[in-house]
Amino acid sequence: MTYLHNIGTYFIMIKDIFRRPTKWSVMKPLILKDIDDLIIGSLGIVAFISFFVGGVVAIQTSLNMTSPLMPKSLVGFATRQSIILEFAPTFISIIMAGKVGSFITSSIGTMRVTEQIDALEVMGINAINYLVFPKFIALTLYPFVISIAMFLGILGGLMACVYGGYGTMEDYVEGVQMDFIPFHFFYAFIKTFVFAFLLATIPSYYGYFMKGGALEVGKASTTSFVWTSVMIILVNFLLTSLLLG
Amino acid sequence: MIEVKDLKKSFGDTQILKGITTSFEKGKTNLVIGQSGSGKTVFLKCLLGLFEYESGSISYEGKNFSKLSRDEKTNLRSEMGMVFQGSALFDSMTIAENVMFPLRMFTKQSKSEMEDRVNEVLKRVNLDDAHKKMPSEASGGMQKRVAIARAIVNRPKYLFCDEPNSGLDPKTAIVIDNLIQEITDEFNITTVVNTHDMNSVMEIGEKIVFLKNGLLEWEGSSETIFRTDNEAVTNFVYSSELFRKVRKMYLEESE
Repeated sequence: MTYLHNIGTYFIMIKDIFRRPTKWSVMKPLILKDIDDLIIGSLGIVAFISFFVGGVVAIQTSLNMTSPLMPKSLVGFATRQSIILEFAPTFISIIMAGKVGSFITSSIGTMRVTEQIDALEVMGINAINYLVFPKFIALTLYPFVISIAMFLGILGGLMACVYGGYGTMEDYVEGVQMDFIPFHFFYAFIKTFVFAFLLATIPSYYGYFMKGGALEVGKASTTSFVWTSVMIILVNFLLTSLLLG
Repeated sequence: MIEVKDLKKSFGDTQILKGITTSFEKGKTNLVIGQSGSGKTVFLKCLLGLFEYESGSISYEGKNFSKLSRDEKTNLRSEMGMVFQGSALFDSMTIAENVMFPLRMFTKQSKSEMEDRVNEVLKRVNLDDAHKKMPSEASGGMQKRVAIARAIVNRPKYLFCDEPNSGLDPKTAIVIDNLIQEITDEFNITTVVNTHDMNSVMEIGEKIVFLKNGLLEWEGSSETIFRTDNEAVTNFVYSSELFRKVRKMYLEESE
């Protein structure tokens, strides 16, 4: 029953995100601040992880290609496929569920604990629209982060491959260009948009509806991370089955 | 004027408010007193519409709050100002931005008009040099005064305060009490203050409502509270030796 109640409350919250919008002059700075906090603030960690994981994928692929019949260009091909199809959209999203998700839950949860949300509601403001809508809009730029993750992942693979002595630049680039299917990009970005929606709404839900004090803010952040990750994995399976299956 | 009739509110199986009927007049400082857990904050949050109640009614100038449409409730709320127990200032904004917030949300004033109004209100609460401070840099008393400034900046018809002087030293508490009363008189608004501070009861209680275990046990004023023989009220209000002496002196003087 609790799960059903939570799911119902979540969907009512989603409806309320778009109801009684806050004045644009107030909303604009909030959106810009959230773009800075959620998108620009995440670029560093996303770039770092993508670059080195791209490198690891290239090294692992190369080390597991024991048959001399396998072309060296397969390293680039495997790295590209791994990065574009799964690593950039899905695993970066799970990392973002930890970074961005816990930030959203704890910031909204702290506002709940300190009665700032009550203050908004007493003023007659749609607090859900005021708090969640800017995050939702900011995260529509999430595909930009994922594009950077894709680029740096493939670049990291190239660097590891060439400077680690696992293959030549020509082989790697040939692999990256091999059998390229543009629909895979389309698939990756559809997933990214859906994950962005989950990243904005699930942590907001756990922050907005939390009860208790400072300890519960921490617990809500952890629960939010767990459920955002679970939903990303489930939706990933669903979308992959629908779009590629 | 705010009229409350047979207000009942429960959380799960626990009934917090067991049928409260009272009214709060315009231009008066109305105090709601009672021990911790007597239902004061729940009562105030019901008045504000933050909690939905099971039965009874709350009317603002004759309009039943629960029967208003969503837009009508929003309009009514824009006429309310609230000072929360913990001030509830927006910690990402400066003091001036906090006070300006209701103006930005609900008025079409130009920036200079809003700034003038913010200056005027901050001066009214004796904070004319704190515009650029963040709430975290302000003392508890300053935060309460900023919260009062934010509550009155949009010229509300109703002012609600939840334990406005809790955690403050006696001198600052008196400053806050006096400020609330002055604002009530000056703007002729309906003010409802939750408190268990007996100084406030003596100083500013034009009407006092005493809650006990979710029921209205007694109502009167700061004068009649000295003469009441209601045991629950006397046990609560005159629990300290000091207030017993004050009461004795008051009664001797008035005889």
